[in-house]
Amino acid sequence: MINTKFTPQTWPEHPEQVTQEGKNKYVGIWIFICSDIVLFASLFATYISLRNKGPAGMEFTSQELFELPLAFVMTMFLLTSSLTSVYAMYQLKKYNFKGVQLWTGATILLGLGFLCLEIYEFYHYVHLGFGYTQSAFSSAFFTLVGTHGLHVIIGLVWMTCLIVRNASRGLNLYNAPKYFVASIYWHFIDVVWVFIFTVVYLMGVLG
Amino acid sequence: MSHDTEIQGRSQAQYEYDRRKSAQQLRKQVINFAIMIFLTFIAFATVVADFAPTFIKPIILLLAGIQVVLQLYSFMHMDDKHAPYIGVISTFVWVGAVIAFTFFLAFNTIVWW
Amino acid sequence: MSSVAVTKKKGVGAVIWDYLTTVDHKKLAVLYLFSGLLFFAIAGFEALLMRIQLMYPNSDFISAGTFNELLTMHGTTMLFLAATPLLFAFMNMIVPLQIGARDVAFPFLNSLGFWLFFLGATFLHLSFFLGGAPDAGWTSYASLSLYSPGHGIDFYVLGLQISGAGTLISAINFIVTIITMRAPGMTFMRMPLFTWTTLISSTLILFAFPPLTVGLFLMLVDRMFGANFFDHTMGGNTIIWEHLFWIFGHPEVYILVLPAFGLFSEIIPVFARKRLFGYSSMVFATILIGFLGFMVWAHHMFTVGLGATANAIFAVATMAIAVPTGMKVFNWILTIWGGSIKVTVPMIYALGFIPSFVAGGVTGVMNATAPLDYQIHDSYFVVAHFHYVIVGGIVTAIFASFHFYWPIFFNRTLSEKLGYWTFWIFFIGFHLTFFVQHFLGLMGMPRRVFTYMEGQGWDLFNFISSIGAIMMAVGVLLMVVNMLLSIKSKPVNCRDYWGDGRSLEWAIQTPIPFYNFKQLPLIRGFDAYWIEKQEGNTEGMTYAEPLGDIHMPNNSILPLVMAIGLFIAAFGALYHPDGVSWSIPVMVIGLGITVLAMIIRSVKDDLGYHVHVDEILAIEKELYGKGGNN
Repeated sequence: MINTKFTPQTWPEHPEQVTQEGKNKYVGIWIFICSDIVLFASLFATYISLRNKGPAGMEFTSQELFELPLAFVMTMFLLTSSLTSVYAMYQLKKYNFKGVQLWTGATILLGLGFLCLEIYEFYHYVHLGFGYTQSAFSSAFFTLVGTHGLHVIIGLVWMTCLIVRNASRGLNLYNAPKYFVASIYWHFIDVVWVFIFTVVYLMGVLG
Repeated sequence: MSHDTEIQGRSQAQYEYDRRKSAQQLRKQVINFAIMIFLTFIAFATVVADFAPTFIKPIILLLAGIQVVLQLYSFMHMDDKHAPYIGVISTFVWVGAVIAFTFFLAFNTIVWW
Repeated sequence: MSSVAVTKKKGVGAVIWDYLTTVDHKKLAVLYLFSGLLFFAIAGFEALLMRIQLMYPNSDFISAGTFNELLTMHGTTMLFLAATPLLFAFMNMIVPLQIGARDVAFPFLNSLGFWLFFLGATFLHLSFFLGGAPDAGWTSYASLSLYSPGHGIDFYVLGLQISGAGTLISAINFIVTIITMRAPGMTFMRMPLFTWTTLISSTLILFAFPPLTVGLFLMLVDRMFGANFFDHTMGGNTIIWEHLFWIFGHPEVYILVLPAFGLFSEIIPVFARKRLFGYSSMVFATILIGFLGFMVWAHHMFTVGLGATANAIFAVATMAIAVPTGMKVFNWILTIWGGSIKVTVPMIYALGFIPSFVAGGVTGVMNATAPLDYQIHDSYFVVAHFHYVIVGGIVTAIFASFHFYWPIFFNRTLSEKLGYWTFWIFFIGFHLTFFVQHFLGLMGMPRRVFTYMEGQGWDLFNFISSIGAIMMAVGVLLMVVNMLLSIKSKPVNCRDYWGDGRSLEWAIQTPIPFYNFKQLPLIRGFDAYWIEKQEGNTEGMTYAEPLGDIHMPNNSILPLVMAIGLFIAAFGALYHPDGVSWSIPVMVIGLGITVLAMIIRSVKDDLGYHVHVDEILAIEKELYGKGGNN
């Protein structure tokens, strides 16, 4: 499997599906995502019930705290990184290894941009006094958005490891499914972010 | 090669057909991406425009829902009838969504009352 | 890594290394079996101590604080660290055989799941020696556990977090295996019932453990890092813990009972010598129980004050679960009806299970009536109810399956005679212990109390209950003796030990070779092996492929290393709030070990190894003599 030499023409149309291991990984990442859906649902539910709840006389509210322009820019970064991931998978189908590496790299860079903006945002809130232990609202906010951020970090490390690991190996039927499941995971991260910007930032500003 | 790997060689015609199909699918996904940007923009715009919250809340939730379904079915290939076991996978995802919805309902009603 | 030398005598060290690095589902099943038994014995001992304390009023055999630790650890250990691993033992051993696969979808993760469970369990039990076990009940409600002094609750949170991760990983593994690795011809509706219940139970684990993960994490940060989720003075709400815990907790009991149902659905047709009645409705009922299990959690919170509407909704939903469960009971009865019944130890456990579980189920419906629950909540009535369903349902299934599947696990049998002694002593003891507790509850005795005043009319029943507990302990001891004696007994060395096997796991001659089937079997219907037997095929299954090289996974020490890393990191996290200087370095080192092991795993190509045809033939000849296993 590792040593077979392919050309774009002999490379299978669905490289991630032709081996048993590839099929298993494909189904496996989806099943894992189902558990992650419920994990985030629990965190969302907790956040919704603790929004704006704090000690008597707390001066932080979601209406005043959250800044929409920043959230919008972060969304654009993450959404675009999802698109670059789609492009990477297109190159995977075409057996264009350099293309896969390049577009995955682009995904990582955009993801890093998102992460930097988020770290800046957190730093800004802590600076204002809205730290993790400030209130139930702050604990819930940082836990929910922070868990998403942790998932982003994991995704970035994962994709970086893929790029580095395979640099000398090229594409083959053993590592093609690895790229594919990482891409599905990354899309899921974006899906969760859609809910975060809607429920946390948009509904937060609405009051 | 182990016996559980199924590789079928392709003719030149099949190869070119596959390439065209792939390119078409990519174009569809880029269009879907543009729609997602548009939906995001609308959601932000309605909030910034300061309409009444009771109207906007369901609208932005609906927009989020549409965008998520678009992501699932387009970017994540949940619409691909040939993907292995996609029927089973879709069932699991929708069941997960239903359960997630129950949490949302419960925490909105029976935590503070 | 070929195994031509299958009978090369291995030294003790080599055997230990083999078990530490194995990814073989059969060996992992054995590891789960013994760990589960160990924790079952520990938790049973905790129960015995509690019952001795409660034998007489105003007893001071055990102090109040210790009693709280015992009751917490008894519940936590029995559910998470005894019942779950014992059921996983059966799932791991039997499910790949039943679907005609050579191993599970992710053998490496299978091993990781086991070691995470084992080290999480060990971490939790170390609390006894390091300042005291958790003492806020297995439910660890946020008000009490937030302020519990000492590290007990922290052990609970961290131990269950690690162990729970292992359980979740194993569940994903089983789901993917059952979806992708069925043998040719095995459609979903031809799968044996135990495989179905494993699939649904694993789906329940998939959806129920994340809320527990979140709840435990919130408890952790509230206790250790000053978060405010449950602190009402800072805007938090203690009900959130109850919701998250019971959203997990209710599906948890279905996670445990569905595989038990599946095991009985395998045992009863074999010993009634009749096909399972109503297969499709059994599958449907299993799925419905699983789904409804997520809609009823607040029936543990009737007295919290959710209001009449919420209580009514959850009461009705809870009662609805009785319907598919009843379907299953009727189907078992109708399977036995008109069959040519052969009473063996597994069958007598099944016959004892049906009335016991139904009794527990009906008291469950009583508890589901919200107004009545206001009277009996937190009383011994609830304790009686859940022990009837857990012991009458799950423990009975596990004991029955020990006898039923021992030939497959170890190529030995458990003694029938000792098995009958065990059954009767345990079964009578079980009813003595818990039947009277219904009345204790109705008479007003609260649960989780370390003693009671005399003269309230509770003395006699408490005494009887404790006698029953001693009988149960004797029964379990007899069973352990039975298991030890089987080591020296004669190997079975045959196919289809019970003679009436219907599904694939009985089609292979024991001892089962490490690759299970030398050729993948062709499935021609439900009860696939039975079909072959009916057609006169005396040598196992018809095969779907010619004999060829077999692809097997490599062993690896990395899962154990990853789990050890998390174990070490947990100590750092535990002592961090005490302000010790070494907490952060220990956390970093522990997490570093885990991450390093993950990186090594990712960087190396691991394609497994091939067993060539001549090696297969040599192994079969070695194991079974000339002619092999066909």
